Amino acid sequence: MRVERRDFSPLAVRLAAPGVAVLASLLICSSLIKAAGAPVLWAYWTMLVGAVGSLNSVSETLTRATPLIFTGLSVAVAFRARIWNIGAEGQLYAGALATVLVAEEGGRIAAVVPHWALPIVAAGAAFALGAALLLGPVVLKVKLGVDEVVTTLLSNFVMLLFVSYLLDGPFKDPMSMGWPQTPPVDATVSLRHLLGGTARLHAGFLFALLGAALLWLFNVRSVWGYEMRAVGLSLNGARFAGMPVTSVLLRVAVLSGGIAGIAGFNEIAGVKGYLTLDMSPGFGYSGIVVAMLAQLHPVGVVISAVFVAAIFVGADAMSRAVAVPNYIADVIVSVSLLTMLVAMMLTRYMIRHE
Amino acid sequence: MSSTLDVVLTASFWAATLRICAPLLFGTLGELICERAGVLNLGIEGIMTAGALSGWLTVYYGADLWTGVCVAALVGAIFGLLHGFLTVPLGLSQHVTGIGISLLGASLSYFSFRLLIASTATPTIKPFSAVRVPLLADIPLVGPVLFEQSPLVYLAFSLAIAVSYILYRTPLGLAVRMVGENAMAADAQGVSVVGIRMAAVVVGSAIMAIGGAFLTLSAFNAFFVNLVNGRGWICIALVVFSSWKPARAIVASLFFASLEALQIRLQQGSGGLPYQFFLMLPYLLSIVALIAVARRVSGPQSLMVPFRRGER
Repeated sequence: MRVERRDFSPLAVRLAAPGVAVLASLLICSSLIKAAGAPVLWAYWTMLVGAVGSLNSVSETLTRATPLIFTGLSVAVAFRARIWNIGAEGQLYAGALATVLVAEEGGRIAAVVPHWALPIVAAGAAFALGAALLLGPVVLKVKLGVDEVVTTLLSNFVMLLFVSYLLDGPFKDPMSMGWPQTPPVDATVSLRHLLGGTARLHAGFLFALLGAALLWLFNVRSVWGYEMRAVGLSLNGARFAGMPVTSVLLRVAVLSGGIAGIAGFNEIAGVKGYLTLDMSPGFGYSGIVVAMLAQLHPVGVVISAVFVAAIFVGADAMSRAVAVPNYIADVIVSVSLLTMLVAMMLTRYMIRHE
Repeated sequence: MSSTLDVVLTASFWAATLRICAPLLFGTLGELICERAGVLNLGIEGIMTAGALSGWLTVYYGADLWTGVCVAALVGAIFGLLHGFLTVPLGLSQHVTGIGISLLGASLSYFSFRLLIASTATPTIKPFSAVRVPLLADIPLVGPVLFEQSPLVYLAFSLAIAVSYILYRTPLGLAVRMVGENAMAADAQGVSVVGIRMAAVVVGSAIMAIGGAFLTLSAFNAFFVNLVNGRGWICIALVVFSSWKPARAIVASLFFASLEALQIRLQQGSGGLPYQFFLMLPYLLSIVALIAVARRVSGPQSLMVPFRRGER
């Protein structure tokens, strides 16, 4: 067996690759559904209906997609510049923490800025704290050559334990009947709900779409975006061309960590209203899958985030309807990641038998 | 401070250190073998989870403990085969594939666990009991620490010595190191880069999985979600800290295990610091360890560089 680079790969093939990868993943996972004793097609049908079958379920899917768009964008920005940021989970919690802090001090901040600007201040703080958490590992990488994969990964655990400490001690809500959670944030920080009734979709989703569009423009139309891509394609090439490689990498860190921080703000201000330790069911890690499914493209991130969210929301419905454990969602998503990697590779290479 | 000293001087502290060390040592050795051949295996966390579950399930369904260990190794090898196939002949990104394998290993384990074990009360098995080495175990202080441990602890340390011997004293070990340092030169010498790398990833993953099985078959007697709890990631830091050398892997994992054992005892002792800070310690220390060795060591030169013949 021999792997050879293709001379060219048609656009249609590259666009079809994600679809084929997802289908392959669903096909592989159908064996697990069968093993669980459920009829495969019916199970996938309940999944689809659960994810997009009614206005409420669409709202739920998009609500779930919102933090994934942010973490997906965060990972896409970093991976494109070849910074392997596996720490979006921790950065998300850093952002959530910043939001809670701003809400706590809401009265004092409102004396300085107008009332309507409070969510912006909170989002800014979330961006800053998320950025700071990634800046550390990237500075260590640039200055000392410490591998950022491990440091960002470990920073997730440190951050989560720190939040756990705060929820047990200084930040604990005295009215929470002993649950480790912060007091609910003030309504002035919250994001507006978009639909009436019980639907949870909130303005954060629109901001996520805006963020993806802006990031896309930033990538293709700005000098900084150009430099980030150049550094990712070839570090030495970029250096040789006279680009300030170190500061480019630091900019990437700020942007990537900051966007992940916004995901934390989004969850507190849009959905939860207070900070708990189980706020994120691994949005940071799923962000990696989202970014890879999107081939690191900002617009693709939106699509793949909605897809991944639909899988999770749909799997919950499926596990209620037929007895398939909802961990099937994590399996489908991780298999999709692997099939996507293979599909992407096959668009660039071909396999020859000798 | 004197209370810390009192803790460190007890035999039970050192016995606990060895117990905590064993899974870390298995994981570190497995990762080390993969990385010496030039393949980063970020699947470790998920592979350890899969090993923990498959070993436990085997024993739960009535097989004996050693069969459980073998099944865990086999399951680890299968995940290694998948990771190896995707990263070596296909040359996919080792970072991203590894994360995919890790997510897959963990989610598949939790899915199977929920599917097969329906009861809400977690069932338990009878784990390995300590094996007393006759005579030697009667030596005061040293005896109970070194010679009254779970058989898997002995296995972990013997494995480290074996890996060190194979890596530095046999042609096979030379081939592994060569493939990891300069794949193109190895290929020119007629060494099968793909074959050696695949074998290293498969064997390494099997060893990681035994590390996971240690948790369910020796340390605890049950499987639960989040059982591995970041141990795999710490092993990746430990490989760097031990500068990719099996003998130093023993020292590095012992050092970490002793801090972990100390942390547990200090946590029980005083009501000073909140427990979360003690739990943070291993992660913070891993980061500090990485910084400490960053300037001094460099890993295998071909690490994370896919090899395609005729392509630079």
